[in-house]
Amino acid sequence: MTTAAPKSTAPIPASTGFDHPLLDRLLAGSSLPEWAVKLRRDAVDRLDTLSLPGRGEENWMRTDLRMFQPHGWVKAAERPATSGGAIPAGLLESATQGAAALAGTVAFGGRIAALDGHVVRDELDPALAAQGILFGAPERILAEHGERLRSRWFSAVDASADWFAAMHAAFHRAGAVLWVPAGVRLTAPLHVLSAITPGGLDTSHVLVVLEDGAEATVLTETVGGGDSGSDGGLHCGATEIVVGRNASLRMVNLQNWSRGVWHFARQRAAVEAGGRLQWTLAALGSRLSQVQQDVALVGRGADAQVNGVMFTEGRQQLVYNTLQHHMAPGCHSDLLYKGALQDRSRLVWRGMIKVDKAAQKTDGYQRNDTLMLSREARSDSIPGLEIEADDVRCTHGATSGRVDEEQIFYARARGLTADEAARLVVAGFFQQVFDRITIPPVREALSAAIGGRIRRVS
Amino acid sequence: MTQHPEHHPDQLVIRGLHVAVEGQEILKGVDLTIGRGEIHALMGPNGSGKSTLGYAIMGHPSYEVTAGTIELVAADGIRRDLLAMEPDERARAGVFLAFQRPMAIPGVRLADFLRHAVTNVRNPERKEGQELMPMKEFRSELKAKMSELSIDSDFARRYVNEGFSGGEMKRAEILQLAMLQPRFAILDETDSGLDADAVRLASQSIARIGGAGGDAASGAGAMGILIITHHEQLLEHNVPHRTHVMLGGRIVESGGAELAAELHKRGYERIRAAYPDAAAAERAMEESTRNTEAAGV
Repeated sequence: MTTAAPKSTAPIPASTGFDHPLLDRLLAGSSLPEWAVKLRRDAVDRLDTLSLPGRGEENWMRTDLRMFQPHGWVKAAERPATSGGAIPAGLLESATQGAAALAGTVAFGGRIAALDGHVVRDELDPALAAQGILFGAPERILAEHGERLRSRWFSAVDASADWFAAMHAAFHRAGAVLWVPAGVRLTAPLHVLSAITPGGLDTSHVLVVLEDGAEATVLTETVGGGDSGSDGGLHCGATEIVVGRNASLRMVNLQNWSRGVWHFARQRAAVEAGGRLQWTLAALGSRLSQVQQDVALVGRGADAQVNGVMFTEGRQQLVYNTLQHHMAPGCHSDLLYKGALQDRSRLVWRGMIKVDKAAQKTDGYQRNDTLMLSREARSDSIPGLEIEADDVRCTHGATSGRVDEEQIFYARARGLTADEAARLVVAGFFQQVFDRITIPPVREALSAAIGGRIRRVS
Repeated sequence: MTQHPEHHPDQLVIRGLHVAVEGQEILKGVDLTIGRGEIHALMGPNGSGKSTLGYAIMGHPSYEVTAGTIELVAADGIRRDLLAMEPDERARAGVFLAFQRPMAIPGVRLADFLRHAVTNVRNPERKEGQELMPMKEFRSELKAKMSELSIDSDFARRYVNEGFSGGEMKRAEILQLAMLQPRFAILDETDSGLDADAVRLASQSIARIGGAGGDAASGAGAMGILIITHHEQLLEHNVPHRTHVMLGGRIVESGGAELAAELHKRGYERIRAAYPDAAAAERAMEESTRNTEAAGV
């Protein structure tokens, strides 16, 4: 590891415009609890001391931020609600293929939608509310149930980890809170849609808490923004998940922004004893993504399955840093990231399994497979293990391959066109991870969204 | 297009075919005409060019046709130039190759693969993105075919050739042949890797599939089949109308079913002695292959 000061990143000017006056304007008229406001103010103070992450930092060394201008997004933070206060149908339809791919797939128990940070939909089936389930836009849930949320709000993600984390902690808007009381099993999935108009800003924050023995399925989806330059968009978000003892959560996050959107996300789940988490990240959009996805197994016998489905094209650059942190004995974690790359796109996965001394009998696995659909694409797989316990089984694997011309010929000899053959081969490549996703409509929506993007293999 | 007055069934007509792979000529002038309803056996020692002929007919991109023609000639005399077609267009024109070593396509179920194939082959004008054959209809047809061929019902749910035994791969090829019902089929060592019982079953299956859709008496409308084999057993239920012997990249002798029996019993010594030029070409090709291998290429 290098200790030299990062050279390529100039310190951010004292004011990027993401400052106290902006926060004051955004909070005017809000009814947030005092403590929640203080968290934000502390984050603004912290933000003043931070520069953008530089390439000297390990998790950022493959992320090109040279074109990223923080102050360019201040105006977007104050963008007023679009007339009508609803997500324009055209946005969902005209945005990238597969947009809102999940939205129409299932009967949802509750739905939240936000456009440019303004909540435009906030619904929960009254029968579910009667069971004590909290689900809604954070601003509302914080105002109504502030004390309950206090110990969990920003407890899992580090609000001061870097510039983006602090910016998010100070200026987050919309997103979702889900709180499922002990023993309540929610069968209908919940849907959270974050949308922006071209040039828009999304700072959504998602908090999911399942108390002991609770069950839920949550689908989040991002869509919109523009395809280039200042018309693109910025997402600076965070997700916090707490899976209680013997609770079970299925979480799906589909990142489907338009091709000009910057996407920075920090996500962390803590799984308590006997809890189970199935967490699927799917990424199709954005111009650049930097995602930190951490799973902490904090109680004996916790189980986490982490799935990644990435399809990149054009000049997209997606960077994922994953951590499977085994803190308690007898836990199981299994990560499978699969990515297919087209054109000149780039995909980076850097994975770490960390096993604490207390975490004997750990069973940890991580695997990253990539399929290169063009010679100009580039992928990097960097697995890592950091093990302090002595009785563990931790393994990792990575493969990178091309579509085999002989496979294509075989399929063509049976009447499939070259494009159809390529699509089938790529779909087959993803099948292994789709087979793990136990929500069929999600599987089908992802498969269709990816299928629509594959062009002739070159 | 040329019109021929005489009557004949649809034909696959190969004239003066030369084929090179990576610059090395493998086929050195092949002439072969197969009519629908006819069974032709193609025999010859390893490396004589039999598989190359199959790949060239199907349009494998690594097999370069340097001279000659391959055409489909319909009964009304209309000729279609196969060499001008992409491999998938050839399949849709009714040509089928059963691979000696079929490719695995991990993650793609045989049934899904076949549904695409059947849809395209039956609707040659289909544009990509248009509806596939209705699932229900496809499934019931597939089920019926699998039962006719004594294939386990879970077979279609497996990934294409992934982890298949040699025998399973060949059965999958035969199943595809049955579903696609091509006009002309080239079966490249569909018997290799099979035990005697399996070869007998394959032989029966091919006979049934090949005759399906045809007029039992005249053979009209049935499949034209080119069986590439080293053995006689596959021919048990598919008695060849013509047997061809390939040596050194050419068909040097053709005869009836008795020729297949002779070659099976006595090998190729008589052929090599009778066609010294072809035997010399065979030796030269072997030599060149050995050198390439020795060079570690």
